[in-house]
Amino acid sequence: MTGRLAPYLQAAPLALILGAFLLLPLAAIVAVSFWDYDSVQIYPDFITLNYAETLGSWVTWKTYLNTLKFVAIVWAITTVVGFLVAYFLAFHVRSTTMQMVLFLICTVPFLTSNIIRMISWVPFLGRNGLLNTTLIELGIVPAPLEFLLFSEFAVVLAMAHLYVLFMVTPIFNSLMRIDRALIEAARDAGANGWQTLTNVVIPLAKPGIAIGSIFVVTLVLGDFVTVRFMSGGQSASVGLMIANEISLLQYPAAAANAVAVLVLVLLMVAAMLRIVDIRKEL
Amino acid sequence: MTDPKTIDPTTGFDRRAVLKGAAAAVGAAAGSGVVTGFPAIWAQNIKDVTLRQFGTGVSNLNAIADQVKKDLGFTLRMTALDSDSVTQRAVTQPDSYDIADIEYWIAKKVFPSGALQPMEVKKIKYYDQIVPIFTTGKLTPDSVVAQGTAPSTVGFVEGPGAKTFAKAPTEWMTLIPTIYNADTLGIRPDLVGRPITNWKDILDPKFKGKTSILNIPSIGIMDAAMICESAGILKYGDKGNMTEAEIDTTIATLIEAKKAGQFRAFWKTFDESVNLMTSGEVVIQSMWSPAVTAVRSKGVPCVYQPLAEGYRAWGGGLGIGKNVKGLVLDAAYEYINWYLSGWCGAYLNRQGYYSACLSTAKQHMSADEWGFWMEGKPAVSDILSPDGKVLEKAGAVRDGGSFEERMGKVACWNAVMDKDRYMVRKWNEFIAA
Repeated sequence: MTGRLAPYLQAAPLALILGAFLLLPLAAIVAVSFWDYDSVQIYPDFITLNYAETLGSWVTWKTYLNTLKFVAIVWAITTVVGFLVAYFLAFHVRSTTMQMVLFLICTVPFLTSNIIRMISWVPFLGRNGLLNTTLIELGIVPAPLEFLLFSEFAVVLAMAHLYVLFMVTPIFNSLMRIDRALIEAARDAGANGWQTLTNVVIPLAKPGIAIGSIFVVTLVLGDFVTVRFMSGGQSASVGLMIANEISLLQYPAAAANAVAVLVLVLLMVAAMLRIVDIRKEL
Repeated sequence: MTDPKTIDPTTGFDRRAVLKGAAAAVGAAAGSGVVTGFPAIWAQNIKDVTLRQFGTGVSNLNAIADQVKKDLGFTLRMTALDSDSVTQRAVTQPDSYDIADIEYWIAKKVFPSGALQPMEVKKIKYYDQIVPIFTTGKLTPDSVVAQGTAPSTVGFVEGPGAKTFAKAPTEWMTLIPTIYNADTLGIRPDLVGRPITNWKDILDPKFKGKTSILNIPSIGIMDAAMICESAGILKYGDKGNMTEAEIDTTIATLIEAKKAGQFRAFWKTFDESVNLMTSGEVVIQSMWSPAVTAVRSKGVPCVYQPLAEGYRAWGGGLGIGKNVKGLVLDAAYEYINWYLSGWCGAYLNRQGYYSACLSTAKQHMSADEWGFWMEGKPAVSDILSPDGKVLEKAGAVRDGGSFEERMGKVACWNAVMDKDRYMVRKWNEFIAA
């Protein structure tokens, strides 16, 4: 009897934690998304108006499109940069000690708060900021470059900076597991460097890339602070839209929006898992 | 000038006696309260009370908490949040605070939710001396109540439990006014290169990419309305309560300006507005008075420019949470009476805000300070901030002049509209556009 109970008991703590801190709140969000509200209160109800208003407005679609644009650009940048950094660490740095030291150096900026790393771009990129002042004094540009700050460029730059480590780590992990004999075998079989990279290294790094992608995609989809500060409030994202709704006490609308974005995230993650079997990695 | 009835602070305010009486009465009536047991020594126990106050950063100042400890003996614990979070917390967590330091337009949202209890006018010692803007709504007997959520329109209810506001002063006040001000545009006089006289100047193509307005929908829409009306685009029935068509036109104007690249950024917090101005990212923008002071104190020239169409005003006040009772409630009244008794008013006036009881504040300010801040006179000697920094050199005159000149030219108050939900949706379109 105890033998049959044991696995359930073993799974119980995690099940309880997930149930209490994930499923329950999620159920609450879904429930509230069907409630009614006015400017001060929310009323238990079952209406689909929140979804109709959210999905029926061009603002929502435009915002989602804008957010997906950020996702795509940031994903592309972090993947390329992340792969290059991880590749260098894994294949060009010879000693394991040095690899670890360099990897730890990569993580140093991440010991400071997310917000601080982001905000520090502001004085750097500003109209009278470090970069513009330098460029003007060197005579490279005649007038300050306005697009550097409070623009989509700034948002993408800050996001890429904030999230690139989430790409480096899993890819580095994948690359370290590649049996070096495979690379030698490829060379023996006559493959040049590029062929080795595309036919051996990248396919074997896929699980790492997939895990990194899941991190980056979900982080960018849910981001609102970076978008707000780096765009100077001029650009919208789904997270920002939800934050705005919450701040105006429009909880049901925010909940409906949250459910929509959750569905989107799950779909994207599912699609990624279809392409890459990350269980191989685990 | 409001009638400065003088009161004698030494005889006018015997806290201990009032408190003992009140405590005994409440103790007898309630039998048991927050503190179990001995009503007779409640007056001593008040030292152990901690009043939990939350509100916007403007008036949640540590100096005030320190002075409360010194003057009243109990602890005032303050939490500063942004306006949106304040509204949220006031409505959704009424047990998390005793004192809500909120703005009048927020009160219009919060009070009907039943999160606050009205206060008895007869327990407010300085009620008679509160600036009439907050009671009758008229600064002088012949002035007109401005548009928007004027404090007098949400300042009273018929009684405890009432969820609608009274049309005229009653015995039950929703908020005890604490601080208020008249807002306008801040400019960088060294960078604008021409005189700024109207709200519409923010749309001048000359300032393309160098302007900002604030991104708090309920306040931003009012600045937008001032701009549209000034530019002759629209004449509003009531800027504080627009029709859907008026909202549409206003937002369309903003979107057009945004697409043309007129705005550099939209700000949400005090610090953001200071940084935008100090760094020269913008040269003309919506601003709050102490933000202008903050820019100036960094040695950067900044003017709080009076404009022909008048000011957009706001006011805040203290409300008491619905579940506050017994000793804590006594302490709350004690605190509110102290707030109006002068020290605090002087402290706020010295920051460029206005206090609700001018007559008591005057006694705590020097004649020179009073002349500079309240009467629009040139400063005789350097004007110092409460913490001793030089704000203005001798000879300076306050932007906009005297109290009457500034508060007398209020065109509208920060407001919550009936079409609030619609407005917010349109505002989001503007931000997303």
